Amino acid sequence: MRLRLATFALTALIAAGPAMAELVFPDLSYRTGPYAAGGTPFSDGYQDYFSLVNERDGGIGGVKARVIECETGYNTEKGVECYEATKGEGALIYQPLSTGITYQLIPKVSADEIPLHTMGYGRTSAANGEVFEWVFNYPANYWDAASVAIKYLSDENGGDLSDKKITLLYHNSAYGKEPIRTLEELADKHGYELTTIAVDHPGQEQKSQWLQIRRERPDYVLMWGWGVMNQVAVQEAANIRFPMENFIGNWWAGAEHDVTPAGAAADGYKSLNMNRIGDLPVFDDIKTYVHDKGMAAGDGSNVGKVLYTRGMYAAVLAVEAAKTAQEIHGTPDITAAMMRDGMEALEMTAAKMEALGVPGIGPEFSVSCADHGGSGQGIVQQWDADAGKWVALTDYIQPDSEVIAPLVEEDSMAYASENNIDLRCQ
Amino acid sequence: MLYREAGDFKTSYVEDGQTFPIRFDRWRYYAVLAVAFGVIPFVINDYWASAVFVPFLIYAIAAIGLNILTGYCGQVSLGTGGFMAVGAYSCYKLMTAFPEISILIHVLGAGVITAAVGVLFGLPSLRIKGFYLAVATLAAQFFLVWLFNKVPWFYNYSASGQISAPERTVLGVAVTGPNTEAWAKYMVCLVFVVALAWVARNLTRGTVGRSWMAIRDMDIAAEIIGVNPLKAKLTAFAVSSFFVGVAGALFFSVYLGAVEVGEAFGIQKSFLVLFMVIIGGLGSIFGSFAGAAFLVLLPVLLKNTLVGGFGWPTDLTAHLELIIVGALIIFFLIAEPHGLAQLWRIGKEKLRLWPFPH
Repeated sequence: MRLRLATFALTALIAAGPAMAELVFPDLSYRTGPYAAGGTPFSDGYQDYFSLVNERDGGIGGVKARVIECETGYNTEKGVECYEATKGEGALIYQPLSTGITYQLIPKVSADEIPLHTMGYGRTSAANGEVFEWVFNYPANYWDAASVAIKYLSDENGGDLSDKKITLLYHNSAYGKEPIRTLEELADKHGYELTTIAVDHPGQEQKSQWLQIRRERPDYVLMWGWGVMNQVAVQEAANIRFPMENFIGNWWAGAEHDVTPAGAAADGYKSLNMNRIGDLPVFDDIKTYVHDKGMAAGDGSNVGKVLYTRGMYAAVLAVEAAKTAQEIHGTPDITAAMMRDGMEALEMTAAKMEALGVPGIGPEFSVSCADHGGSGQGIVQQWDADAGKWVALTDYIQPDSEVIAPLVEEDSMAYASENNIDLRCQ
Repeated sequence: MLYREAGDFKTSYVEDGQTFPIRFDRWRYYAVLAVAFGVIPFVINDYWASAVFVPFLIYAIAAIGLNILTGYCGQVSLGTGGFMAVGAYSCYKLMTAFPEISILIHVLGAGVITAAVGVLFGLPSLRIKGFYLAVATLAAQFFLVWLFNKVPWFYNYSASGQISAPERTVLGVAVTGPNTEAWAKYMVCLVFVVALAWVARNLTRGTVGRSWMAIRDMDIAAEIIGVNPLKAKLTAFAVSSFFVGVAGALFFSVYLGAVEVGEAFGIQKSFLVLFMVIIGGLGSIFGSFAGAAFLVLLPVLLKNTLVGGFGWPTDLTAHLELIIVGALIIFFLIAEPHGLAQLWRIGKEKLRLWPFPH
């Protein structure tokens, strides 16, 4: 009882802070637990970009951005707590970086009318804006990723995958199960043989899975992994001498920390990426305006890494959407509903990215009322262990929308009828 | 001074056998109920409901359930997470198969199904004891989680393997789904907690409870004086699983709204509930509440103090939280191995003498 009273008093104190004009961007991050290796650089990039915008440009349209960080540990219960704790602060957009938490939040944000942006993760069928008014997953989603990977393999084999065996190694959760449906459809189309192997959370134990791979000798292994699972998988692949160039991770299984533990053995491992990597001009600004002033998020060591860049890209898209919203509504003080309008009118062009100091960081795409999914393009990159960096192998590959669009339609319509949602944008 | 038997005369057996024999205790109990039913629903907001009260109440039900099995009947179980999953998935299947029937009935139905599953996994307890039984229940934990992941029928063949609760109403008020008001969530859990705690308290005071405790204290002696171990152990498993199943159903439908079995009902959930029971006090209904409060509220309190109050980095706080909660668990168990309930009991003894201890 005493505990309860103390907590009461405390939150009352926190809630009574002064109300200033600011744009609130909650950052549901995870810097602890088995997924921290991926969560930390992403969150650093996300926060650093908002700090940069505040320091260099004096905020977004003159209004300062405020980032509230809340630790979720990739755990849905804590994610819900973080959401409830921050939504009252005037949150404009949520980016939880967790498919599990996304599934929790989709109905909640729709009821509370706050936009949710799940960039390259979350519920794929949320790309259908007719059904999911408050959820966005541009520039790409899991089904795009599956299709891009298959397309790349098909090109590698001269357009014919008919006698190939492909194995999907996936994290046994909503995240890992997402691509199965698409890969099955694509198997029908291209004629390859698909097997799926699950790895249970957190993924430190994969001996039996790789034994099965060794026995079945698939031509290619695709991986939907995250956190410690990636490092273990790369190491196990090296242990059974699986040819690394035939092992392709999705874009959450292709960061530096995933391959460095295996050392030289990881050389040649491939992964997808939805954003380009490399030395972007904006990193210099971040160093000057943020890190040199001692305002770096985290320890400041992650600048330029794959997931740092992606976190920063997420912030870039959020800031651009906020600017668009300010233009549409003619006010710098935007609300969550206005933010949603901004996201729906967002257009990323090469010129815009160039002007922001992030040339070519992502594909060109535009969002519309019906299409919340962006272009869906991705690249394939390969790890060069000697140089210690990722090398882009391809330009942006277009996914097979012929297969994906009907799947998105089917899944989102099922959601709409389950939840009695009237279609928008008619 | 206030807290004493003197002057509180009992004139019937019913009065003599009541749960709270001391007048002050009784008033305190009514006062807590009055606040819980009459005040909190009117002031509660989404944060307090989702982060504090609803998880506390649901974990309290699970802890009472495990306490019946482990604290009262002496059968160690590590399968709580698995049984909660049974509750959640049966609630989901019932909700989607019979949408026109009240959700309250589905939650109770989920409890009954879990009770049946619990009895099934309780059968080995007739032959094996102690650590060996713990391992058998551990098998239940892993088997059940695997089952709900493996068989698509349980999650209605959804692409992601997640189950999510559709909107259901009680008396026209939504209690599940995204449009649920904070007070509605809270009230539905509170009603279940109060009713189930009342049932548990009275079961453990009666014949059934006494046969459980006889088995716990010495099973051979209990058998000799005529307690049927088959009946005692299996009823303990059934009642315990019923409680845990109801907790799992509420956890899924009212609290989270969407769950993934491996993440929400993994082995760590079994340990969490077991720790609640051990810290709160084995064989005590109050202890179940105290343990649930300790492990649900303390992390939230620490997080709010350290991040919200002092502005410390979130990762540092998350690690400190583990350290502090862990240290407090050790401290409490060294200071009082019988848990918070025993501290409360000692406190009450001292209160009786206060302010004139000699």
